Amino acid sequence: MSHHIVEVKNLRHVYSDGTVALKDVSFIITHGESVGIIGANGAGKSTLLQHLNGCLEPTGGSIHIGHTPLYKGTLPDIRRTVGMVFQDPDDQLFMPTVFDDVAFGPLNLGYTPTDVERRVTEVLELVGAGHLRDKPPYHLSGGEKKRVAIATVLSMSPDILVMDEPTNGLDPFARRQLIKLMRDFKHTRIFTSHDLDMVLELCERVIVLHEGEVWADGSALEIFGNNKLLAECRLEVPLSMQGCPVCGTKSRSAGGACVIEGG
Amino acid sequence: MASIHCAVLDLKRLDLLANGNSTVHRLDARAKVLVTLVFILCVVSFNRYELTALFSYFIFPVVIISLAGLPPLFILKKIILLCPFVLAIGIFNPVFDREILIHLGPLGISGGWISFASILVRSVLTVGAAFILVGVTGFTAVCQALESMGMPKVFAVQLLFLYRYIFVLTEESSRASRARELRSCGKKGMGICSFGSMVGHLLLRTWQRAERIHMAMLARGFTGEFHARRQSCFGTPEIRFVLAWSALFIFMRLQNASQLLGMLITGLFP
Repeated sequence: MSHHIVEVKNLRHVYSDGTVALKDVSFIITHGESVGIIGANGAGKSTLLQHLNGCLEPTGGSIHIGHTPLYKGTLPDIRRTVGMVFQDPDDQLFMPTVFDDVAFGPLNLGYTPTDVERRVTEVLELVGAGHLRDKPPYHLSGGEKKRVAIATVLSMSPDILVMDEPTNGLDPFARRQLIKLMRDFKHTRIFTSHDLDMVLELCERVIVLHEGEVWADGSALEIFGNNKLLAECRLEVPLSMQGCPVCGTKSRSAGGACVIEGG
Repeated sequence: MASIHCAVLDLKRLDLLANGNSTVHRLDARAKVLVTLVFILCVVSFNRYELTALFSYFIFPVVIISLAGLPPLFILKKIILLCPFVLAIGIFNPVFDREILIHLGPLGISGGWISFASILVRSVLTVGAAFILVGVTGFTAVCQALESMGMPKVFAVQLLFLYRYIFVLTEESSRASRARELRSCGKKGMGICSFGSMVGHLLLRTWQRAERIHMAMLARGFTGEFHARRQSCFGTPEIRFVLAWSALFIFMRLQNASQLLGMLITGLFP
């Protein structure tokens, strides 16, 4: 039995004000897959993610993580399996220092102090934030906060990593670092993002949500090649798949750049 | 809104001061909290007309500031910020208490003025001591020290969260207020009405954030128990620090040290 399978069956969620966020969502994500969930604003991406570790309760349908059904009794185990990185790192970093924050999860899991120390040091080095360990979170820049937020989740060694808009608000360098970090993570990964180029780089599979339903589910190249589908769902082809802004062609020279002629 | 922003920056600066590495910084937080508590208790326990005995207590802030290398002007500015509140409390004393207590030549000073001055000196001492404590210890360490000395965990956690999110909240409110200012074109905007709804929005946003933080905590295995790393030792330097200062404070409480010093000087140079 694998711990890394995520199975969502006929999931439906209606908010208390009557908004139907998810109508009928079903999919299976298997071990080691990297999946991008994309869609317009209000398509239900964040609502879907919040179901994956029990932050929201489904109105209908079911969720299985590694063949374990998600309900109140299995929540502690499932939260240990599914690591969730929130969109706003200020929500995720609530302890006085970076070290305390990253240690929060392992301490709750009952690790010994030596193990916690080792684990925190390892994870902070992994995300390149070792030098920040004694700083309070409000002294960090946006990119640093994001890296530490990821470290807080990685420190619990999750089998499935779920991230809501991971590259949101990052500068190009920090974004590139994050993409590299995510590529090195070998377990199941699920992202939601409007950064379609990141999705194209990291995910072999893409699920398109539209008005609370799965509109398409397939390989990233296949979906990003379907202009009609993308237009229907208020999306567009990732910039890296679009034509060159200078000469308008899709084929590039061996050097990778066009030559702008004088004039 | 620049003022709120500056105040927050100042708070951050106070916090950064605690990263220093002086002898005072290295002491266990509990020792510093204890000494500050004894100091404050001694200062506030004098009767309301006492003034001269209080001056000897300035030795504590002066010594700690110079040992820890804190910027004295910065601390002084923080204390002055609180002065309006103190003035509001003490300003009626001279009006109600007109009995002359001291004669300086032809000038008679009433009890009201003396008690007013006493309140002022006391607040400078106690508020200064609190700022210095945070400056040499850090707010977090102060909370943890209070908790290990018996303050209920709930309060400690509340204080820590308050301190963590005061920065986020002030940033949010200064953004909202800047947006309002920019669109009111130098006029009053919609006056108090727009402020009302702004505060309401801020409350709702805080609420939503609290929910998200709780979710983030649950997602990381929070079960109600708040674990925090402790690495403190209450050794000989701490015991010496607590005993020496407490003894001095209590001595100065029982004996008027300023008067003793005066007598010593006038005795030496008659």
